This record gives sequence, structure tokens and C-alpha cells, in this order.
Amino acid sequence: MSFTFNGVAQILVFFVILVLITKPVGLYLIAVFEKRKTWLDPVLRPVERLFYKVAGVDEQREHDWKMYAVAMLIFSVISTVPLYIFERIQNHLPLNPAGQGPVDPTLAWNTAVSFLTNTNWQNYSGETTMSYFTQMAGLAFHNFTSAAVGIIIAVAVIRGFTRRSASNLGNFWVDLVRCCLYILLPIAFVYALVLVWQGVPQNFNAYTHIAGIQGFAQTIAQGPVASQEAIKMMGTNGGGFFNANSAHPFENPTPFSNLLEMLSIFAFGAGLIYMFGKLSGNTRNGWALFGAVSLIFLLGAFICLGAEQAGNPQLAKLGVNQTANEWSLAQPGGNMEGKEMRFGIGSSTLFATVTTDASCGAINSWHDSYTPIGGMVPLVNIQLGEIIFGGVGSGLYGLLVFAILSVFIAGLMVGRTPEYLGKKIEQFEMKMAALAILILPLSILGFTALAIVLKPGYSAIANAGPHGLTEVLYAFSSMTGNNGSAFAGLGTTTVGTPSFAFYNWTGSFAMIIGRFAFLIPVMALAGSLAKKKIVPAGPGTFPTTTPLFTGLVIGVILIVGALTFFPALALGPIVEHLLMLAGKTF
Amino acid sequence: MRGILRQFRPAIVLTLLLTLLLGIIYPLATTGVAQVIFPSQANGSIVYVNGKAIGSQLIGQYWTQPQYFHGRPSDTVNLSGTPAPYEADNSGGSNQGPTNAALIQTVQQRIAELKKENPDVPPGTPIPADLVTASASGLDPDISVAAAYYQIPRVAKARGLTQAQVQQVVNQHIQGRFLGIFGEPRINVLELNLALDQLFGSISSTNNAGAGHTADVRH
Repeated sequence: MSFTFNGVAQILVFFVILVLITKPVGLYLIAVFEKRKTWLDPVLRPVERLFYKVAGVDEQREHDWKMYAVAMLIFSVISTVPLYIFERIQNHLPLNPAGQGPVDPTLAWNTAVSFLTNTNWQNYSGETTMSYFTQMAGLAFHNFTSAAVGIIIAVAVIRGFTRRSASNLGNFWVDLVRCCLYILLPIAFVYALVLVWQGVPQNFNAYTHIAGIQGFAQTIAQGPVASQEAIKMMGTNGGGFFNANSAHPFENPTPFSNLLEMLSIFAFGAGLIYMFGKLSGNTRNGWALFGAVSLIFLLGAFICLGAEQAGNPQLAKLGVNQTANEWSLAQPGGNMEGKEMRFGIGSSTLFATVTTDASCGAINSWHDSYTPIGGMVPLVNIQLGEIIFGGVGSGLYGLLVFAILSVFIAGLMVGRTPEYLGKKIEQFEMKMAALAILILPLSILGFTALAIVLKPGYSAIANAGPHGLTEVLYAFSSMTGNNGSAFAGLGTTTVGTPSFAFYNWTGSFAMIIGRFAFLIPVMALAGSLAKKKIVPAGPGTFPTTTPLFTGLVIGVILIVGALTFFPALALGPIVEHLLMLAGKTF
Repeated sequence: MRGILRQFRPAIVLTLLLTLLLGIIYPLATTGVAQVIFPSQANGSIVYVNGKAIGSQLIGQYWTQPQYFHGRPSDTVNLSGTPAPYEADNSGGSNQGPTNAALIQTVQQRIAELKKENPDVPPGTPIPADLVTASASGLDPDISVAAAYYQIPRVAKARGLTQAQVQQVVNQHIQGRFLGIFGEPRINVLELNLALDQLFGSISSTNNAGAGHTADVRH
């Protein structure tokens, strides 16, 4: 482990800014979903009304959890159809100056599922596969709606936890429209313009041919990048316009754009935790959970920084200087393979931690080239369920499942029926919570096991030795967790190969399981909680606003994660780390 | 059941309306505004010399001649999969892991080439990590300050200048961290090389972007 003053400062200052924006973001979310007046009302309210009128939505009518879930599923299926069609016929559609042909059917299916489920796993390279039209009307549209669905499911779950003796969780269509109109669209618009200011292109030009100074000609990919980048980050989607994602200078040109991108990954996740606390009647319920995820976030960020800054001992032996010079004759040192100069080690490792704490999956450096321990941090973050601030929405409801599990364990210790927010946690709630927690490892470990015994699975491995197992484990963790980042050496992108078909199909199932098989038990849990009466807190009630509870939640998250994944991690990154120190290569 | 059927109309209508608003109107409106207020950036920060597009300020180029500073190694491939550095329509990195023997071998080769290209660097000078490792995008426009200093003896010799003259230009092109905290101090290779050509004249055989011409860099 090796730390630079600057790397540490980046983590701490980033965290302070995050804490400062949490409350304002949370308050705005409350205003939108409690249908209070916002300053955008004069412009947006008429549009909103028009949408309801055409769609036949009764604003006042609310749904119980089942109807809310049904509406969500119907919308998910129907909204995916245009994307699949756009991909398949993009050569006949406008805005295709690079002349991209139709997308292969299995790839189009995988990509449609990937963007529907907010995963944004990309088995393709954006600039060589997708037309501008597909990118904006197909992919960026899903960046909006999959994020909105995540957020509003979290809002519905919050309502379930905080309403008393109620049967309804809200109206799916109203929440969807308000989330898109009042939250995502206006922020994305301003955000996109800030990104353009920093250097992100926003045009419909053909790819630009340049001459170069010493006669080296280039064809520079262009496109409506900024408008997609903004929603890609704030919607924790992570699907890059370009293959190199946020490492591409056109997606993330400066350290300032990088800071903004990292903050926007966490902003709604953090705001939703605040919203949860506020609506529960005591903001400290929110801050207690905020504290738990903050500590796990900081732990991961420091380990990742320390491992990457220490560098690769094999390169040190060749005479490469991996010791940072922070001030004069500056150089970042560390493991710079697969990292960009403007980000160095500090801004790269912080981004890697943030993007996997949440289910974003954008990358600004290649995780496959990280040192074993540095690369294990993003992997573990995903496997913990992306609840460390988490993806838009999914982070919060995943975290609440762990909160339920924590009060249950505390209840077992003192021998009383557990309560959370004054509601008794009983058999049904525990079944749903356990189902939600178990479904993810089943998919991750099950598909990984399948892939490493079947030829189309293991033949895609790019790096031999234990690193290869990590590539596959990371892939299914990422797809199941709806993250979308990758140990991208895994050769799944060559159209027509057995690996291409194998990963397109298994991946699409992993993504569907990760999204819907997790989400529905959580909604059932929320629906059941909504109906319950509030029991006044007694002397036996375990307080959920204290540091003790924060500590317990951290313990439960880490223990569940470790029990589930330690054996697989031991065979992957942990043994690779030991072999690397021993000087072994593959 | 009737409740379920009732959800189809909003699903279809809102898919269409939201595709129109978020998928078409939003990117068009963003493009319209961006093209007016930040025209250079919105079109890819293209740098013009004598009215000719010679590169993008944000996209690294492949430099080979000794009188120019060189960028970082790039592991991009062209559309047929053949290695082609700084392929600006197919970004990407090596994705080689830390225990991959091929990575170690590649770095070893890069070090050997670097030393051959820079014979005047005193032996034992530490080799900056960024100069022998492939960037993530394969299009990294920047190098570290140390990586630029490493190349000063070569560039100065090729241009017939003193090292102090070149060093002065290098120092003028260091971009600092954001707020002194975020990112890394770095040097944009294209800007540095353009500045050298402008100040001391171009000696490249294959180009016509010569001395005295002002590069039209608008931001």
C-alpha cells in the first residue's frame, strides 16, 4: 500500500462535497414526489398534464404494490421494443453519418436488455457499432427511463416503509413522468452544457478527418456525446458513447468533468437516503444508514488508491519509476497501465470505487489492468449489492433490505420481535428480504461456474492464471448487479464467435434476474410494511438512529458479502496478489 | 385483470412521448444551444493551422519524429483488428492484467525503444511510469511533467536548441490540478509541439504547418 497526499485529499474533499449536496438533493426529491410546488412548475406542469391526458392517466389514483410492479413490468417490456427495432434497422434511419450497419440480433437483444435494466453492459464498441440515432433515441432514452424507474421504485419502497396502515404505494405513471420531467431532464440539460464547456462534443457531424502535424492522419469519432454523457452518469447507467467510456477524452476531458461525473453518480443515491430519513419522521434514520455506507465507501476508496499507487512490482524491476512525484517534476507513478494521464492514480481509483459502489459501471480506467487488490475493490463493491450509496434507487432499496436484516439479527440477540420504523418485521418480510439477498449470489456464482466449465465461457478469457477467473467472476457480478463495468479483456465482443453468443445470452438472463428478481421481492416487502400499524417504541426497541445501528449494518453487509464471495475471491484476486508478489507471471 | 389491461395505454403512449422528448428533443435542443455558446468544444475542439484541421486538442496523436515530444503508448486497433496506435474512431486500452507476461514483455520493449530514442538521457534517470504504459483510451492527449522532461535532451538536439530553451516552453505548458487537488499536473503534447513549431520553426519534412502561423485554438 502506498498513499499520496493528493490521492488522500481527493477522496476526502470529494466526500465532503457529497455530504454538502445530500440534503438539497433529498429535499428536491421530496418536493417532486410529494407533488409540492417547484420553481419549474410554470413550464413543466402544462407538459405534465398533457402527458397524463394523452396517456389516460388519472393523477389522483394510486396503485398497491402489485399494480405498481405490474405497471413497471409492462412499461419495461414495451419501452424496450423501439430500442431493439432502432438497433436492427439503424442503417435505414436518419443520423447515421458513419454508415453503421444493422446490429447483430443477439447483440441487439443483449444491448436492449442491458439498457432496460440500467446495466449498460456493452458487448460492443459505441463508435463502431451504433448510429447517432440509436445512441440518442434508443440508448439515451433508456438511460433516462431505466434511471427513473429505479428512482421511483425506491420512492415507492420509501412510501411502503413510512406510510401507516396504507395499501397504496403511489401511481407508477405519475412518478415516472414527474421523475423524468422535473428531475432528470432539467438537470441533464444544464449538466450536458457544462460538459460541452469542458470539451465534450455535441454535434451530428460526420467523423472528422484531420491531417496531423507530422503527417499522421486520424479519423476522429464525433456525435451528440454530451447529452448522453450527462444522463449516463446521473442515471448511474454507465453506457459509454465510445468504447473507452469515461476514459475517452471526449466523454471526460478534464479533472473537473471527472469530479462532476463522480458526484453525479452518487447524488441521487445519497439524496434518496436523506429522503428516506426525512419521510420516516426522523432524519437520523437516514443519516445512520448514510454513515454506514460512507464508512464502507471510504474503506474501499483508500484500499484501491493504496494498491494502485504501490504499482506493479514486475514493472519496478524493469526500472520503471512508480513512485509519485507530487510537486516538482510531477508524475503520478503507480500502476498507470490502462489509466489516463489527466486522472493519474487518485482520480482513477476514486472513480473506480464510486462507479461500483453505485451500479453505474462507467469507467475512466480499465479495471482489468488494475493490480489484484486494486481490482478486487470494484469487484467486492458490486458483490455487496451496490448499496454503498448505490445506483439510482436500487442502492437505497438494497440498503433497506440490509437494514431489515440488521434489526432482525439484533432482535434475535435480545429475543424480541424486531421492529423497523415502528413496524414489526415478521415472517413474510424476512422471507422477502432473504430472497432478495440470496438471488444475486445465486446468479453471480451460478453463471460464473457455468462459464468456467463451458468452452464458449472460458475461451473468452484474455489474461491467463487466476486473473482469468476474476475476469469471468467480474463479468457476471457486473451483469447481475446491473453495473455494466467490466474486466474488459474478456473476449465477448467478436460477432459470430461462440463466446459472443454465450455471453450475450447468459448475460441477458443475469441482467434480468439482477433487476427484476431482486426488485419484486423488495416491492412485496414494501407493500406488506405499508399495511402495518405503527407500534410505539418501547424499552426493548432497538434504536435505528444510533452509531451502534450504523456499526451493525456495516457488520451485516460485510459478513454477508464475505461469507458468500470469499471462496471465489480467494481463487481470483487474492491468490493473484500473492503470486504477483512472488514474481510469477502467466 | 381490467386493472392490468388499463396499464397498456400509458405504457405505449408514454414510451412514444418520452422517446420524443428525451430521445429526440432533448439532444437536439442541447446541440442547438451548445453549438451557439461553445462552438469549438461542441465540434470536438479541432485545432486549425492555416485553415487546415490538424488535430483535436483533446485527442492524442501518434508522434514519431525526434523533434516532437511523444505521447504515451497506445494500444488501439483499427477496424480490422490490427494494432494501430491512436486510432481515433476505435478507442481502447490493452486490458492486460498485472501478472500477464505479455504486459511485462511489452513494457520491457518500450523501455528499450525509449532509451534508444533518447540516448542523451543520463543513465539511471528514472523512467516515468506513464511513458511506458498504455493509456486507457489509447487517445491520451497528455503526458506527465516528468515524461516531458525525459524527452527534452532529444527534442533540443533535433531542433538545434539548448535544453534550457525547450525546458522553458515545457514549463509554460504545464496544466495544474483542478482546485489544486483533483487530477494530475500534465502537458498537452499537441499544444506543446505546436508551440515549439511556432517559436522555433517547423523542421518536419512531411508537413506544411510552419513557423509564424497562428494555431486557431479557441479555448
